[in-house]
Amino acid sequence: MNQQTIKCPKCPGMMRTYNRAGVHIEQCDSCRGIFLDYGELESISRAETQYAAAPPPPPPAAPAPPPPAQGYAQPGWGHQQPHYGHPRKHKSFAQMLFSS
Amino acid sequence: MRPDQNQLRALAAAAGGTGSAEVLADRPEGTVLRLGEVVVKQHATRTDPADLSRRLAAASALPDVMVASLGVPAGWAVAAPGVAALGDRVATLWPAGTPVDPARPDDVPWTAAAELLARLHVASPAPGLPPHGGHARARRALDRLSTTPGIGRADADAVTHAWSLLPHWLTGFPGQPGKPDLVGLSLHLTHGDWHLGQLLRVDRAWRLIDVDDLGVGDPVWDLARPASWFALGLLAPDTWAEFLDTYRAAGGPAVPPTGDPWPALDLPARTLTVQAAAQGLVKAAREEREPDEVELLLVESCRRMAAVAMLPGTP
Repeated sequence: MNQQTIKCPKCPGMMRTYNRAGVHIEQCDSCRGIFLDYGELESISRAETQYAAAPPPPPPAAPAPPPPAQGYAQPGWGHQQPHYGHPRKHKSFAQMLFSS
Repeated sequence: MRPDQNQLRALAAAAGGTGSAEVLADRPEGTVLRLGEVVVKQHATRTDPADLSRRLAAASALPDVMVASLGVPAGWAVAAPGVAALGDRVATLWPAGTPVDPARPDDVPWTAAAELLARLHVASPAPGLPPHGGHARARRALDRLSTTPGIGRADADAVTHAWSLLPHWLTGFPGQPGKPDLVGLSLHLTHGDWHLGQLLRVDRAWRLIDVDDLGVGDPVWDLARPASWFALGLLAPDTWAEFLDTYRAAGGPAVPPTGDPWPALDLPARTLTVQAAAQGLVKAAREEREPDEVELLLVESCRRMAAVAMLPGTP
């Protein structure tokens, strides 16, 4: 399967193809949702079964978002932090923190 | 100083304020004026004096959580207990204090705020206290979005569409505008308009101020703004965790004590994000400028909401 541009069915992001444990999957670059083609779930299940005996799996190809410092996850409609430079210094943001 | 401001100043003086007057806020909703150690607040024309009076009493009953108002000085017209009648408006009197400095974000007392909100939410609301005003605030913001000229069509549509995806008990039922206000099963004391401007240091202790939207309802509403800031990537994850963990540790009932809090926070955080997006577009249009980076980020989040299913939360 080649790199291709499929729109995510869930959000405005684009799906990108990754190879995970020998299985090609499409992952949204925005919401991180995963799309599996026919048979791919079974391939993953097989890979899982072999996992205990197998050598360590290759590092994931898809760059996962860094986990939040103390475990609270952002919703899918949110934005990764920091979205830009120094958000807490941004005047417009400061106004938002302090007004109704 | 305008005649109405002079009147506010005279009221503050009668309540013991001295020195030169300082206008702390001058908005269409009303003026807030400080005279020495006394602050006088003019309330919006829509304010029901009897409701406001009940809200004042609720705040006064929790002196460790909220700043208590000062009484109406003798000789001044009283619209309801604690509420002065001033022309076609009503006003209340308050002790002055020190707010959080918006220019010093690192000094925000997040843990004190979380503890105050938790204490507010576990207090028993007095009978007759009206619903909190948070839902009505969101509806007014969307009303202004639709009536303000000069807003880009695509941006306005994105915000309106995100609003339309929220439940009808919140946004209003078609054909019955403006009268939802279903409080739901949760009947906690709720601030209704909490943000960092609602913290005041009085006598070396932080307290909550502004009773205008204080009432009964789902207290998760008071966590909605910080939750929205976190979702937008504007609040650092460790700050959000510190705030929420403190709230939970203090027994705050708005989210389950452990586990993922987002099912409870999703709807209020979406609502406050849509509300802030609407307010941002209205503000930009009134100032005759293009929306800035943060305002566009809010609109972009509205677009993304349409694509991400809402989590099943509390009603």
